[in-house]
Amino acid sequence: MDLLGDYTLRMVALGSGILGAVAGALGSFAYLRRQSLVADALSHAALPGIAVAFLLTGSKTPLPIMLGAAVAGWLATLAVRLVVSRSRVPYDSALGMALAVFFGLGLVLLTVIQKRPDAAQAGLESFLFGQAASLLRDDVIVMGLLGAASLGVLAVLWKELKLLAFDGEFGASLGRPVRRLDGLFTLLLVIAVVIGLRTVGVVLMSAMVVAPAAAARQLTDRFAPMVVIAAAIGVVSGVGGAVLSSVVPHLPTGPTIVLVLSAIVLAALLGAPRRGLVWRWVRLGRLQPSAALDPVLMHLYALSRQHPDEPDHGHGLAVLRTMSPAGADVERALGDLEARGLAQPVGDGLWAPTAIGRREAERTLRRQTGGEP
Amino acid sequence: MDGNRTPALEVEDLTVAYSDQPVLWDVDLTVPVGDKMAVVGPNGAGKSTLVKAALGLVPAVAGEVRVFGRPFVRGRGEIAYVPQRAGLEWDFPTDVLDVVTMGTYGGLGWFRRPGKAERERARAALDEVAMSEFERRPIAQLSGGQQQRVLLARALVQSAPILMLDEPFQGVDAPTERAIVAVLDRLSGEGRTVIVVHHDLQTVPEYFDSVLLLNVRAIDAGPVDEVFTEDNLRLTFGGRVGVLAQLAATVDRAR
Amino acid sequence: MTPELEILAIAVVTAVAAALPGVFLVLRRMAMVSDAISHAILPGIVVAFFLTRDLSSPLLLLAAAATGVLTVALIEALARSRQVPEDAAIGIVFPALFSIGVILISRAASDVHLDTDAVLLGELAFAPFHRFTPGGVDLGPAALWSMGAILLLNATLVVVAWKELKLATVDGALAALLGFQPAVVHYVLMTMVSVTAVGAFDAVGSILVVALIIAPPATAYLVAERLGPMIGLAIAAAAAAATAGWAAALALDVSIAGAIAGAAGAIFAVVFLVAPERGLIAQARRRRGQRLDLAVRMLLVHLLHHQDTPAAAEECREAGLHRHLGWREPWTRKVVARAEGRSLVERHDRLVRTTDEGRRLADAAVVGFAG
Repeated sequence: MDLLGDYTLRMVALGSGILGAVAGALGSFAYLRRQSLVADALSHAALPGIAVAFLLTGSKTPLPIMLGAAVAGWLATLAVRLVVSRSRVPYDSALGMALAVFFGLGLVLLTVIQKRPDAAQAGLESFLFGQAASLLRDDVIVMGLLGAASLGVLAVLWKELKLLAFDGEFGASLGRPVRRLDGLFTLLLVIAVVIGLRTVGVVLMSAMVVAPAAAARQLTDRFAPMVVIAAAIGVVSGVGGAVLSSVVPHLPTGPTIVLVLSAIVLAALLGAPRRGLVWRWVRLGRLQPSAALDPVLMHLYALSRQHPDEPDHGHGLAVLRTMSPAGADVERALGDLEARGLAQPVGDGLWAPTAIGRREAERTLRRQTGGEP
Repeated sequence: MDGNRTPALEVEDLTVAYSDQPVLWDVDLTVPVGDKMAVVGPNGAGKSTLVKAALGLVPAVAGEVRVFGRPFVRGRGEIAYVPQRAGLEWDFPTDVLDVVTMGTYGGLGWFRRPGKAERERARAALDEVAMSEFERRPIAQLSGGQQQRVLLARALVQSAPILMLDEPFQGVDAPTERAIVAVLDRLSGEGRTVIVVHHDLQTVPEYFDSVLLLNVRAIDAGPVDEVFTEDNLRLTFGGRVGVLAQLAATVDRAR
Repeated sequence: MTPELEILAIAVVTAVAAALPGVFLVLRRMAMVSDAISHAILPGIVVAFFLTRDLSSPLLLLAAAATGVLTVALIEALARSRQVPEDAAIGIVFPALFSIGVILISRAASDVHLDTDAVLLGELAFAPFHRFTPGGVDLGPAALWSMGAILLLNATLVVVAWKELKLATVDGALAALLGFQPAVVHYVLMTMVSVTAVGAFDAVGSILVVALIIAPPATAYLVAERLGPMIGLAIAAAAAAATAGWAAALALDVSIAGAIAGAAGAIFAVVFLVAPERGLIAQARRRRGQRLDLAVRMLLVHLLHHQDTPAAAEECREAGLHRHLGWREPWTRKVVARAEGRSLVERHDRLVRTTDEGRRLADAAVVGFAG
């Protein structure tokens, strides 16, 4: 079979590759900014915009539809921001609510469209679940232009966006308009999502943004290489998934791309040099850390919670010994904690957790309890 | 600019409120050129907020900040800022040299990339904080003290006439503390102005020329030997048992 | 019951069943986990369906619940490895599982009576066609029975594990220190979410489940101060959303599930606007009052700070106050007038001075915050 000669496959592979590159590169920034789920919310929220664009124009021309999706996604992020800044509803609830409510409104509009006599509406559902096979040359051209534009902005504002991701406050102290940069970044993410809707659909979009970044992060400790590797992983899974799904019958494109991507993430998590879990198991086998370490930090943290206004309030060795199982080397554990910057002596043989130590303890607790500490 | 007579930093009637709860009340402060000032006060006194408000990072409800006699505008490169180490994401994929090079971004403007010259300046700053051998090390693999040195180097690269540091000695090892003090000494010797949010009262007389005692409002400010008195500290820290005993000893030692 | 009323009953029962675990998810900042679970149970449903060939088999419920718990376990394993932040772990795990489900469906050829649209979107309008007929007796729509059972299960779990759920939610650290098993509480909650999601999926679709799990509890959170009332309010908001959405969908002849999600969002928006004390309108009104009040106190502190000092002639001069405080002139006049009206300041010789009362207030203001 002549793979490259096949028009459909060529379009699908091109479209998925463009999506992979754009989502992978932008996703690295989102991942590092702890905004991994924003893409998920944006893609769901795009549905009413798509429906309205269709109702207004009566056609499925890619550009108005993408514009509608972008506007709706943008409105959803504004709503999330308003709710989070003006109420005590937490960020993740606001995000999930915007996602589901916008999507519900989109469903309502879709049923309105379905009642219209013109048959042109057939195919709008392809935005929901992605229908890469229906990509046409015009679609791919629009995707390519949008993708090139957003990667171009990324390249031009590279150091500003890097600063925003690493230390926005420092960026602001240099005089950069951090809020406007943040808005611009959201816009770029909206573009990536809009590119992906036709290819992988609403549900799987989040993987396209998050997974390449997560895999790339395991493979490098440098920023530019991470973005490039993430984009490359995006391209490889996009094209690979497209080819695979066209060779094997009954293998839908979007899910195949995501599974290829997930396999790459898994491989990176396990096998990445130094960061990979296999490596760490091997190393931990050699360099067994003091088993008493984390419990002591947790005890110190528990004690420090009794003095919420005085984070540096010290606690004595005797108390910590009582809290620990008999025979535990509390002093050595404290030394380890200090070396790792998690605890500090505050004089008179007293110890307190550092800010990082407190955060680490909270994180551990959250993992244990699944909730807020 | 008429030399040393124009103060480096003037804060006038500065009030900052978070959702209508004032955290700084009508603070006045004048910092002369070349001064090395500690900002001291209990937790929640608004020390970090003062620094951030002076930099325009948090909005003020009232008041004004002037730098060398002119209203402060961010981005003119007059103030270099060292944020609290714990507030940063140290798992970010980048290395020491790259972080320090970020200090040159302000002078580079929007679209220019840092080049060889910028990296050389960053290396010089790293040398000054004795971190040269770590320049390619990922920041995730640094100790607390090394992280703090990197942040200081990033501020040094800015070659700003004023430096503001937020708790630079928090949780660092003794050699790092000495290294930071040496750098601050040198800077103020060169006529640069250094303002440090500081939590260790005992080292105030040793490390600093002047001190601002802050507890939501400015209790007192001026040379350490005039202002750093037991009465003032009592006013600043209120009746906190334990702290006061420690204070008395500290002040005695300072005399 | 007419089919319309049966649909309403199913909608209300589903909404209330979802709101119960939702309250705890919202409080524990795990709302997005509901999104992950509701998508990721797809492969569980598919596999169980292949085995039973029956969409109403209780095995589906078990399999989906197991997949839901597996999803959470996977997310946590990723997060605990410290290689991936938790939000990213969610964003990686559920698309992977969902993809497996979609691929299983499409590999199983077209004769299978299960498609992805139905799982995601649901169609409440068809729910009355599936009847619960034990021994040939028509006892109403099957979905009403299954969702009723799930509601009962959720309510029972909340009542039985009330103390543990509350403690683990309000202060997880304390719960751990007291020797509770926060992990057990956690997985009980996750099982509730999974069972609710799978029970609801063919009636209302998985994305509506997300709306019903998050929006009514978030609405309640806007006004409630305590956990008990919050649950009550969340149930009320859920029932109201189901009813309003149902009515709107019937009137406009549109997707019932979508209309209910929209109604849940609309109810949240209304409460967000008009809630007493915390609503946007109340905030704006209070802010206007407080701004003047704060300004008066700032004026007093400023005056107290500078009067009786050599700089008083400059700092307390009425015409110069606006410059020192960085305010606009009309606003400054308004503030001075307000303070004078309350006898907190008086004017002498173009200088403004605090009265004794004003001095007391300024002292109190400063001490109140510095204390």
